[in-house]
Parts: sequence; C-alpha cells; structure tokens
Amino acid sequence: MRRDAGEVRQKGDAGHAIDAGGLRAGPGSAIGAPSMNSAAIEHPNPAMPAVVLEFTAGMSFAERHRLALRDVADAVHLWRLAWMLGWFDIRLRYRGSMLGPFWLTLSTGVMIGMLGVLYSALFHLSVREYLPYLAVSQILWLFLSTIVSEACTCFTLVEAVIRSIRMPFMLHALRNVVRNLLVLAHNVVVIVIVYAGFGLWPGMSLLLTIPALLLWFIDAVAVTLLLGMFCARFRDIPPIVGSLMQIFFFVTPILWKPEQLGHFAAYLPLNPFYVLLEILRGPLIGAPPPLGVWLAASIYSLLLCMGAWLLFVRARGRLAFWI
Amino acid sequence: MSTAPRGIVVGHAGAPARIDVCDVSVSFPLYHGNSRSLKKTVIAAASGRLGQDRSHRVVVQALRDVSFSLVSGDRLGLIGSNGAGKTTLLRTLAGIYEPVVGRVRMQGSINALLDPNLGMNPELTGRENIRLRGLYNGLGSAQLRRLEEDVQAFAELGDFLSLPLRIYSSGMVVRLGFALATAIRPQILLMDEWFLAGDSDFMEKARERLEDMVRGAEILVLSSHQADVVRDWCNRVLWMRDGRVIADGESGEILERYLGHPVPTKEVTGTTRPRNEPPLP
Repeated sequence: MRRDAGEVRQKGDAGHAIDAGGLRAGPGSAIGAPSMNSAAIEHPNPAMPAVVLEFTAGMSFAERHRLALRDVADAVHLWRLAWMLGWFDIRLRYRGSMLGPFWLTLSTGVMIGMLGVLYSALFHLSVREYLPYLAVSQILWLFLSTIVSEACTCFTLVEAVIRSIRMPFMLHALRNVVRNLLVLAHNVVVIVIVYAGFGLWPGMSLLLTIPALLLWFIDAVAVTLLLGMFCARFRDIPPIVGSLMQIFFFVTPILWKPEQLGHFAAYLPLNPFYVLLEILRGPLIGAPPPLGVWLAASIYSLLLCMGAWLLFVRARGRLAFWI
Repeated sequence: MSTAPRGIVVGHAGAPARIDVCDVSVSFPLYHGNSRSLKKTVIAAASGRLGQDRSHRVVVQALRDVSFSLVSGDRLGLIGSNGAGKTTLLRTLAGIYEPVVGRVRMQGSINALLDPNLGMNPELTGRENIRLRGLYNGLGSAQLRRLEEDVQAFAELGDFLSLPLRIYSSGMVVRLGFALATAIRPQILLMDEWFLAGDSDFMEKARERLEDMVRGAEILVLSSHQADVVRDWCNRVLWMRDGRVIADGESGEILERYLGHPVPTKEVTGTTRPRNEPPLP
C-alpha cells in the first residue's frame, strides 16, 4: 500500500508540474513559492530554532531534561508574548474604568492608610514608626500571596491554548509572574508616597533590593511552575493553598513586628515566607537583614527550585493530558 | 495564477520537511472524581493502595500503533468516524500530546489549525489580537508588521481593527480568525475539518487563500469528513478506527472502500475543488 501511495504521489507531481497551478509538490515547483520561501524569511523563527521536534516514549531522564531546558529557552525567546499577555491581563481586569490599573494603587493605598492608623493605635506605636513598615510589608505580601494563589490556575486557565498549539509551558508561568510584577509596580507608588509624606529615605541599603528582587523573580517562577503542575493534576489543591496562605499571613510578621514576639522571634526563620520577605523588606525599611536570613532564604529557594525543576522535567510531557 | 507572495512564510528553506511516526500510541488517563483528589491519593498511598489504584486507573486509548512517514509533497487525509483518533493524531503531530509509546519526529516548521479562535480575546481590539497571534507563532517585529498588513488586506475590517472584538459581527470574527490562521505559511500544515466550514459567500473568497497556503506547504495533513475535499486535496489517505490505522493508501481507492462507493464527481466549481486541478484517475 505504501508503494501505491508513492506512485500516486509521483503521478500527482507530474500532473501538477504540467499545469503549474495544482498543489505544490516540493521545493522545485513552478508556483513561485520556493523563491518566496527564501525571500520571506527575514528573521529565522526563534520559536522553532532547529525546527525538528522529536519525542520518543520512555525517555531517559537526560532526554526529558533536555526537553525541559528547551521549553525554558523557547519561553525566554517568547518573552515579548509573556509580557504582552501579562499586561493585557491587567488591562482587561480594569477595562472601562477611569483610573485603569491605578485602581490597584488607590485601593492598596486606602487599605494601608486605614490599617496603619488602626494598628498603630492597637500596638501603641506612632504612626510615623508603624505606617512605613506596614506599607512595605503589606505590599510585598500582596505580591507573594497573589503569586502563590494564581499559580494554581496558571495552566488550567489556558487549557484552550495548550490544546491547540505547542507552546512552552514556561510561558504560562512567566505570564503569571509578569502580571504580578506589574501589579507590584503599581503598588510601589503607595510606598513612595508614604516615604515622601514622612520624609524618609532608606539609604544605601536600597542597593540590596537588587539581589533580593532577583531571588524573588526566580522563586516566583519556580513556585508558579510547581503549584501550576500540582493543581493541574490534583484539583483540590487550590483551596488548600488558599487556607495555608491565610494562616501564613497571620504567622508572618506583616501587621506586627518581629521584635514584638520577644524570645520566640528566634523561631521565625523556620517560616520561609518570613526570610523571603525579610531580604526585600529589610533594605527597604533601612534595616538590612543579617547574613543568616539571606542564607536561610537561599536554602529555601534552592529547595523550591530543585523541587519545581524535578517535577517539571518529569511531568512536562504529561501536562497536556492533565488539563 | 501567479500571485504576489502572501502571508508570512516560516521555517528554514534549506531543510525539507519530513514526518516520521513510528508505532505511536497515545492514551488519556481518565482522572475522574477520585484520582483528581489529593486526599484520596494520599490516603491510598498511606494505606498501601496506590499500586492498586494505579493499575485500576481508567485509560482511554486514543491512538494505537500508528506508523507512517511523510515527505515533502505528501498530502495526507485522515478519515474515520468521530472518536477515531483523527484530532488526537493531529495534536500529536503538532507536539501538543507527547506519545506514551513509540516515536514521533517532525522536521520543518509547523502550523496547526486546530482552534479557529486560538488566543483570541473578545475584549482586545482586532489589531491587538493580530499581534498576539503573531507572537504566539513566534514572529519577529518585521514579520508582525507584515502579518498585520496581510490580515488587514484580507479580512477587510477597516477601522474595526481598532475596536474590540466583542462588537464585531460573527462574520467579522470568522474573517479575522481565518485571515490570521492562513497568514502564517509553514512547511508542515496540520488542519482540522472545522476549517472548511463557513458560510458559502465567504468560503468563495477564503478558498483561494486556503489553497494558496496548502500549496505553499510541503506537507499537508488534513482531517475531514468531507470525502470530496479529501479526494481533491490529498494524494494519500489514512483511514482510522478506534485509534488504529485500518487502511493507508491512494486517496481514491481508500475513500471508495470507506464510503462503500466511489466518491461522487461533482460539477467542478470553485467551491468544491481547486482550480486548474487535473482530473484524478
């Protein structure tokens, strides 16, 4: 039967070559497509570099690893798409409103103003002492908790796309991170206003926010991948994550200060959210964290990234079947 | 019919397209109620029932032992009833599903027309949707500009391109979706049958563009219920049933066995077969 098909193919080719209007038979036909082929490629497509796609069942770890790395590399090439998707997500959320995404800034600002006054009274602290601390803590926590909760739906929400085109899965994770970084950028305005209002300046320790932000970015991508995959497979995880984050909000020093805990403060580094928060909050409030906090944050991040990567290498090929 | 180059050609001119599918099986685990739940899985693992759970997992075999090779110039039609595995095969070729058994090798740029509204968002403007689709296909900025011009010229939406899709008429949405899908010209074209549906007025115009794209592709894999389309466009047919290939060969012969009678030869009109096509044997 194969041979039949081959003969038909040849017959077909001959026919098309004669009338020059039939189906193009290959890179030699007379329709002018080949010339167009070479002329039109001004930019070789970065999304499909070698344009060879190969899958073998029962792949070894090394092969899966290679495919996972390629997934990441392809996603990096598509950074403009990730950026655009994240930006459209925000714009559509506030579509038709006068302030647009600055509603985020406004609502965060109002909340922090109210909480700041209330809790400074409750804790017997001066507003000047408490409000800047609360503004930084609350806004950073908002980023952490939204990243985690939205990570759960980062693959399940784009089911239609995953089923209709081969896209690097990392792209969907990046979209989640980009979107939340944009929200963070809008909220940072509140911090700037509070600091300007009280005439505060954190000083040179501000430079330490650069490595901290870098670590946050890596962790955000890792946690999105990890939870996104878990939640695609097990649908009861999102509510569990939701309630855990609620608990962490209260046991992490966000509304209260670590000093208020007395000698229990020594146990705080057991909370990964605390150390991660501290490496970015410390420099912002002019109190850079000790090296130990950085060390703990690096260890937690390393574990998180390793876990996320191992799962990604193992489950990437199955993800399309899960959603 | 020497038309100016249309669309955006993707892929490497040097390497000829090729598809090798070798003993491929794809199965879907059915994660219904129980196994979707982490609680049940943890409890099962804790009580040592995970193995049993795994062996009792319900699996749907969507493709079984499928093998074929296609080289530049091949036009393959996939026929078979609903649920025969045609779409799964297309998705496997597109790299969306990775096979659990066997080997798939695709050489050449791929465009899979599986979802007419891929990545389209009704709240975004036509122009933004064009940009998004271009980025989904990994186009560079020069190609994005060409894509916009190309789609604009074909879809004839005029000023509507700056308005959100939700205010478009359904016909306009179809035009935009079709223009976008056919703008990107790959080496390997994978096409699901939805693509041939559409109101006849539009299809008159659409067909020429579609044929142009099909002609430009080195390899076509088309899944369709319409025997006449398969006969006209394909030189080889794979007949599938329950995920298996039950016949593979020259299109006229297989179609005749599939239908139980020869494909009725319709009057040659623009809507049923490509123009200038020689009569098939």
